Amino acid sequence: MSGPLQLEVSDLRVEIASHRGVVCPIDGVSLEIAPGEAVGLVGESGSGKSMTLKSILGLLPPDAKVTSGSVVFDGSDLTRMPHSQLNRVRGRRIGMIFQEPMSALNPVMRVGNQIAEGPRVHLGMTRTQSVERAMDLMRRVGIPEPERRFRAYPHEFSGGMRQRVMIAMALSCDPELILCDEPTTALDVTIQDQILRLLAQLCQESGTSLMFVTHDLPVVAQVCHKVAVMYAGRIVERGTVQEVFTRPMHPYTLGLLRSAPDVDHPGHSLEPIPGSPPSLASPPSGCRFHPRCQFAEDDCKVIDPPLRLIEGDRATACLHYERTLDEIGADT
Amino acid sequence: MSAVSAGPAAAPAPAAARIRARGARWYRQPTLVAGLVLLAIILFMCYGAPLLTSFNPDTQNLLEPLVGVGRQGHLLGTDQEGRDTWARLLYGGQVDLRVAGLAVLFPFILGIIVGSLAGYFGGWVDAIIMRIVDIVVAFPFFVLVIALVFVLGTGEKSIYIAITAVGWVSYARITRGEITVAKRQEYVLAAQSGGLSSVRIITRHLLPNVITQSIVYAMSDIVQDILAIVTLSYLGLGIQPPTPDWGTMIATGQNFLTTQWWLTTIPGLAVVITGVALSLIGDGLADLLRPAAS
Repeated sequence: MSGPLQLEVSDLRVEIASHRGVVCPIDGVSLEIAPGEAVGLVGESGSGKSMTLKSILGLLPPDAKVTSGSVVFDGSDLTRMPHSQLNRVRGRRIGMIFQEPMSALNPVMRVGNQIAEGPRVHLGMTRTQSVERAMDLMRRVGIPEPERRFRAYPHEFSGGMRQRVMIAMALSCDPELILCDEPTTALDVTIQDQILRLLAQLCQESGTSLMFVTHDLPVVAQVCHKVAVMYAGRIVERGTVQEVFTRPMHPYTLGLLRSAPDVDHPGHSLEPIPGSPPSLASPPSGCRFHPRCQFAEDDCKVIDPPLRLIEGDRATACLHYERTLDEIGADT
Repeated sequence: MSAVSAGPAAAPAPAAARIRARGARWYRQPTLVAGLVLLAIILFMCYGAPLLTSFNPDTQNLLEPLVGVGRQGHLLGTDQEGRDTWARLLYGGQVDLRVAGLAVLFPFILGIIVGSLAGYFGGWVDAIIMRIVDIVVAFPFFVLVIALVFVLGTGEKSIYIAITAVGWVSYARITRGEITVAKRQEYVLAAQSGGLSSVRIITRHLLPNVITQSIVYAMSDIVQDILAIVTLSYLGLGIQPPTPDWGTMIATGQNFLTTQWWLTTIPGLAVVITGVALSLIGDGLADLLRPAAS
């Protein structure tokens, strides 16, 4: 895809000052999203994927700071924007969907009012107009009987219905981009599929781009065009979903793919990645994945590999990515 | 306690569900109902005073001072200036309850605004506000109120200013604590991601979730305020004669304690009964809103 980028995260670095020194959960992350594109960001827990998402909208916890890099949206850097200006981007032009719809909805506010709030604040709608719009949105996300459900409280809804409310809230001001923080992790598998289809369909209809954070690889395959794999605060591989999932160029991606269950090969035993993610306070020298890597060489312990472009927009941060490709070739 | 409310064993429900479920059966809380009934009777008697007495509370009749109970049409007799005690009791209640209500409203509003700011923004805003709170709290309530009224001069306005200046700290502390916890909830992050202003997040999202604690506290605070107002009037610093008021009635009546004991005792009882009614409401509300005990 070419043309103007909608969101460009360049070399983003986030630091958290703790009593044990400075921890760096995001260390030089670069990402780009073109209009209408759906990009997945995958990785283990603690790889910094949710943190990356939050730093885009300036929602980091108070002790975390963006120390370098930029998040450019429509020509301006969100990390350096004054608060009042940022509030005109949040919700209005970039929507966000959270993992736990129960805790992300205000328990003492009627769901209809929560959906209608965005249009009232950002689009200057009157009360009647915003209520009208909220009912319309509830219909679009598949909430039956919006006239009656409008006055309900979040606890009266099921998990799937709550996530539909979250989607309606994110869509309420027709944003250009929606950020999703593991939106289906808290849901039943059957509901997951419904929600993903709904999300993908709505984004396609309105041309909204999507950034999708998850640890669930099949979910990425279902929704996204492109994918970036994160490990220990860095992006280690990037490319189209098709490419990355069939021809991984980083041993970590290979490990993730092999540790995910596959319905088509039920006899296949899963291979977990040995070891556990490194401490961010003292990351390993060289390539951060080398202590867990089956292909690690001596140079992996010394050289800290940058993310380099291989072909088209395929990029990997592995010094010996050919070995991963060979491994895949040997498999099939 | 003979009446114990035995509701069905409630499964752990979200806070809002609990409030709504319990709100639907508030009438099953014996404490709350007793308090509300008592307060309703008191309010009816005070504000329906013209229906219950034909005497004007301020009309003196120096020919009939200190008339006994039930004599010459005076239900509770008259005071030393021949004014009907029953009428003064009812009309005095109007004044005391109004002043107490407003004297709890102003610190409630001020304390919640200040506490929300401290809790939500934290940092130096919080540090400065909470140090001021610490200083005010260090003084005993009555000493500070009496000193302030003494400086400001007697009258209703001084009572409001003095009680507000001292009373807001409790509400500020409660609200600050609740908001400090509540602002870490994900729905606040969601509201921020929606581009809502801080004022809107505090007023529309946080306060509805945390205000119940302050309301429960206000019910016990109003008892303290009634006592403060009556005390100030008793000391001659509060409501000024000839406006009827329970504190002044107690003060003037005590000269005749040996012969006309009811002149002091009846308004004293009125203070006690009103205090009990409001305390019952406060306890009942606290029970109603408290998370379900296992």
